[in-house]
Amino acid sequence: MSVDISATETLDVKGENCPMPVVKTKQAIDELAADDVLEVVATDSGSMSDIAGWADTTSGVELLDQIEGDGVFTHYVRKTE
Amino acid sequence: MSTDTDPTDADDATAPAAGVDPEAVAALEARIDELEDELADVRADADDGDGKMVIIATKGTLDMAYPPLILASTAAAFGWDVTVFHTFWGLDILHEDRSKDLQLSAVGNPSMPMPNAIGALPGMDRVTTKMMEKRIRDNDTASIQELIDTSLDMGVEFQACQMTIDLMDYDEDDFFDGVTVGVGAASALGDMVDADVQLLV
Repeated sequence: MSVDISATETLDVKGENCPMPVVKTKQAIDELAADDVLEVVATDSGSMSDIAGWADTTSGVELLDQIEGDGVFTHYVRKTE
Repeated sequence: MSTDTDPTDADDATAPAAGVDPEAVAALEARIDELEDELADVRADADDGDGKMVIIATKGTLDMAYPPLILASTAAAFGWDVTVFHTFWGLDILHEDRSKDLQLSAVGNPSMPMPNAIGALPGMDRVTTKMMEKRIRDNDTASIQELIDTSLDMGVEFQACQMTIDLMDYDEDDFFDGVTVGVGAASALGDMVDADVQLLV
């Protein structure tokens, strides 16, 4: 897994649970420009499959990486269009 | 590429082989064009990643208010077109005063750690609701209000069934700003027939 990703913005959703990590990720992505990368930092373990599923189904976004460590789940999402 | 055929004949539709009715060929070609256009339309629809979901929300208890709101806000995050049609007790979710005070009952719910005979005592719904509200806060689960506000921000269309507004003796102004009133079963069905996902909650 790559760790060399530079994020344009960071969204902190630590402590928030389903569905808010996905919902706030979408809202944050909407504020970005094409090719920007959003880093999402969550503590909800369900965010691993939720954000992957969201990115897979939603047009205009690409999941670059997901990193798990010390109870924190970090996701990197690129806005493609 | 073949070199022994005149290239002008190969794709020339106006010069069919001897014995073939030119009108029949023209009709077939027209039909092929028609089918290709239809196929292009079908492919365009299938490629459209933005789905559409309609939920019919009929329940007004604290626990049953969550599923439609969580699915609606999440589907909106997917970029879907979302309509939630509220009817009967589901109207309470959109009711400015009543949505703040949705209740949970242990009666008739065998999953709750309380016998029906105890749960039926006066005031027990209030106790059960307070316990659930504490759990929701402790777990950092989004509140009903937060989910409604977020969904509205993301363009979810909340509809309040006109027949049940009248039946429940509610006023059209009782609902949150942005809620659509004056709708009925026919408009719900019209939305549902075009939707990819239809749910009754």
